[in-house]
Amino acid sequence: MDRSVSSPSLTTARRAGLVACRSCGIVSPFGTRACLRCGSRLESRDEASLQRVWAWLLAGLIVYIPANTYPMLRTTQLFQTSESTIVGGVVELVHHHAYAIAAIVFIASVVIPVGKFLVIGYLAVLLRRPHGQDPHKLHTLHTAVEFIGRWSMIDVFVVAILTALVQFDVVASVKPGLAAACFALSVVFTMLSAQAFDPRLIWDRIKEESPR
Amino acid sequence: MIFDPTCIACPNCDVLHKVAPAAVATRAKCAQCGYRLTSGRPEAIARVVGLALTSIILMGVVLFAPFLRLNAGPFGSAASVVDVVLGFATGIMVPLALSVLCFIIVLPVARAALLLYALSPIIAGVGNFPGAPAALRFAFSLKPWAMAEIFMVGVAVALVKLAGMARVEMGAAFWAFALFVLVNAFQDTFMCRNTLWTALSARRR
Repeated sequence: MDRSVSSPSLTTARRAGLVACRSCGIVSPFGTRACLRCGSRLESRDEASLQRVWAWLLAGLIVYIPANTYPMLRTTQLFQTSESTIVGGVVELVHHHAYAIAAIVFIASVVIPVGKFLVIGYLAVLLRRPHGQDPHKLHTLHTAVEFIGRWSMIDVFVVAILTALVQFDVVASVKPGLAAACFALSVVFTMLSAQAFDPRLIWDRIKEESPR
Repeated sequence: MIFDPTCIACPNCDVLHKVAPAAVATRAKCAQCGYRLTSGRPEAIARVVGLALTSIILMGVVLFAPFLRLNAGPFGSAASVVDVVLGFATGIMVPLALSVLCFIIVLPVARAALLLYALSPIIAGVGNFPGAPAALRFAFSLKPWAMAEIFMVGVAVALVKLAGMARVEMGAAFWAFALFVLVNAFQDTFMCRNTLWTALSARRR
């Protein structure tokens, strides 16, 4: 570590009677409402954080069900219409031996969303009380979920592009199904859920002691 | 009230750090959780302004040039990025079309415009525009919602899916969009919160 940045005692802003701005980083006296530098709303710890995490997570989970049962794509080829769901589309790609693309779609629209539900749920359950876990591990989990969650949108964009390009009347045309909208909503809700997390809770509640 | 710009707290774990004013050129991580507190790039402001301007110009090309062209026997269809978005726009799919439009065009451009608004007066050496702090704050919070790079991966997947049934040609907008994604990725390496906020607030009073 360089000399020009020092943090000798690892004191938190909260213990020092200060409240930190999560947007620009500077600290203000405890009880300040808006950051003195950037004007964003200040809260030493976001007490309602876990409630919002659960609310968005549940909303995301609910719309994820129709996203999987309804068709994502409705393809018409020579008067024959076929519908494919998210998983059906992956299976189709495997049949066409496009394994790499099948893997990308499967990871983006099945593995990442399901993993996200599990990880956010795990963190939200764990952080209700002192957790005794390695905070670095939990922190990595949270960062990973926040970073990777938006990549689920790939499948929605694929549907959009195919719909726009494949429009040859009766010969071949592609229409989006209801699942595309549900899936997009699910991604947005789970992104909001991950953002609602106050990561400072991870470091506060390691052991049984109330900070300040 | 006066704040102390050399005392910052880690946004992830709340640990206090003292950053010397001369520390602009050093990289530093949070001693507890490893969060990158400063990226040590004093040239960040100029780079961010230049790259934001570049990406707005590129997006202009994207909007008014053909994106992809599909040839399948006697049939051909060309799609601009706007077509791609309007592909959804029937009935209940309209809200989805609008949000896709936001994710791939409106929000990435808004982010670049906000950065220009907040930071270009620093380069020009004039006083900050009104609401500059709010603009910079929004630019940071828009980041996860600007999904241009994800759209590009989606294009790649779609092209492979189509490869069997038709020939696809990339138009000028395709390459402009690819460049836009690269410029954005490069710009993000300079988006150091500490550097940008320190520069913005140093000139306010």
